[in-house]
Amino acid sequence: MVGRGSRRDVGPPGEPRRIAYLYLLPAFIVYAAFLLYPLLRAVQISLYDWDGLTLGRWIGLDNYREVLTDEGLRSAFGHALVLMVFFALIPIVVGLLLASVLNRAKVRGLSFFRTVVFLPQVVAMVVVAVAWRRIYAPDGSLNSLLGAVGLDSLTRGWLGDYDFALPAVGFVGSWFEIGLVTVLLLAGMGRINGELYEAARLDGAGPVREFFAVTLPSVRGEIAVALTLTVIAALRTFDLVYVTTRGGPGNSTSVPSYEVYHRAFELGRVGSAAAIGVSLTIVIFAISFAITRIGDRGTS
Amino acid sequence: MRVSRAERSANYVILFAFALFALIPILTILQAALGPGDSAGTGETASFAGLHLGNFTEAWQVGHFGTYMRMSFMVSASVVVVSVGLSILSGFAFGTMRFRGSTALFYLFLLGIMMPSEAIVVPLYFDLRTLGLTDTFWAVALPQVAQSVAFGTFWMRAYFRSSSRSLIEAARLDGASNRRILWQVLVPLARPAIVTLIVLVFMWTWNEFLIPLVMVTDESLRTAPLGLAFFQGQYTQGFTLLAAGAVIVATPVVALYLFLQRHFIAGMLEGSVRE
Repeated sequence: MVGRGSRRDVGPPGEPRRIAYLYLLPAFIVYAAFLLYPLLRAVQISLYDWDGLTLGRWIGLDNYREVLTDEGLRSAFGHALVLMVFFALIPIVVGLLLASVLNRAKVRGLSFFRTVVFLPQVVAMVVVAVAWRRIYAPDGSLNSLLGAVGLDSLTRGWLGDYDFALPAVGFVGSWFEIGLVTVLLLAGMGRINGELYEAARLDGAGPVREFFAVTLPSVRGEIAVALTLTVIAALRTFDLVYVTTRGGPGNSTSVPSYEVYHRAFELGRVGSAAAIGVSLTIVIFAISFAITRIGDRGTS
Repeated sequence: MRVSRAERSANYVILFAFALFALIPILTILQAALGPGDSAGTGETASFAGLHLGNFTEAWQVGHFGTYMRMSFMVSASVVVVSVGLSILSGFAFGTMRFRGSTALFYLFLLGIMMPSEAIVVPLYFDLRTLGLTDTFWAVALPQVAQSVAFGTFWMRAYFRSSSRSLIEAARLDGASNRRILWQVLVPLARPAIVTLIVLVFMWTWNEFLIPLVMVTDESLRTAPLGLAFFQGQYTQGFTLLAAGAVIVATPVVALYLFLQRHFIAGMLEGSVRE
């Protein structure tokens, strides 16, 4: 009987309520001031034609119309799609092969291998870009390698070539993501119940059938995570392009993130830059939402 | 699983080939940084056992990396301390308490994990310029605190939710206040999760490029990756000093990775909603 009345407002025992807001407050203030508010401001700015200095002019959705129709911006988003092949598709295909081969046999040195292939993930992208610029340079190691095997006709300044600059930048992305994807998939495959493989073998399945019948369905969740991570990384490529090509030659490697920077801080087209930024955010939210939904449906 | 001997050997070949592939760009940089200097340099640098370690001192001086590294350390340390502290508080609230609007508020924080810097950096720059805050330490650090708090809240909430409910109940029955439960019961147990968070936030902040690029024009406020990018633009006579600078910039995070790799890998795989 004691204290029944005094507990009435508190809810379940030991579940204080209002104090929670106090614990949240400091984090929320910083978060709201430096992320939420700027996002709303970005939406507002994107509705103006503004050079960042003089008074802006309200133009409604014209900046967004430009995102959909402008030749340069459409090709920037097109380049992002090409980068997705290099950042997401290639690493996932290679990672699946690599991880399933490694998963079949217990080899020694696997943890060392994991440390090494994961290393690119922790190196600053600017450093990565400096290294690959060197490799791709006209007198760089890629051309020396081609020369050494008698393929001199293929040598070129890779990052200065209209046709090859984008794939060259994309390949850096493949290099960067393969380790992450492989380690992620290896962890997933390590959790597969060994009896499933025994059963498949009793049914006479070879390595290939085994892969499609057991391995692939079991790591669907990991594939969804890998896809989300790498697709978003492809969409957000900025440092790499800034340091290696600055969108060139011409605009053959310009990507949406680079266009945001270029327009806002080099061309003085702040409204248009904000519209690209907001569009990019919407695309990223949509993609991660879609992939998560598909991944969930796959596992349940 | 039993596999043939040939398959096992093939596995070693594959392991080796991919490890080499991952290392080649890094080895390219290291080799150049330790090699003999460029013709344009101040002459032969000091060498030890064929390794020209003098390249690092020369790059440090020519490229002003001392200033950049100090700035990077200050920014990273502040972002880590502030955002981890705030995340522990907010994660505690989300993870152990029931309150009105908790789900909606949590989704609001989740939004920040996916939000690309590209979207917020434009308005942030112009608003901070109006306030006279561009070209300051704060313009570089605070937006990154906000980004890290979004992830940190998500990370600590997940930990506190999984931590033993009965432990909290027992502490409450003993009459412990929320503050005591958090700092004397939960945080000591959460140390591995907190170390992972520290390591990830440090890496993200150290490697961040766009925010310092936009917020800062004053050379003394450049972070290390930003300084390296500018050094590349100015110093075009050769590759040795640029490579040495790149090694300097990458070293703190790589060294930390070699010691705490489990935290890096686990954190980036489990917390992979971000980025």
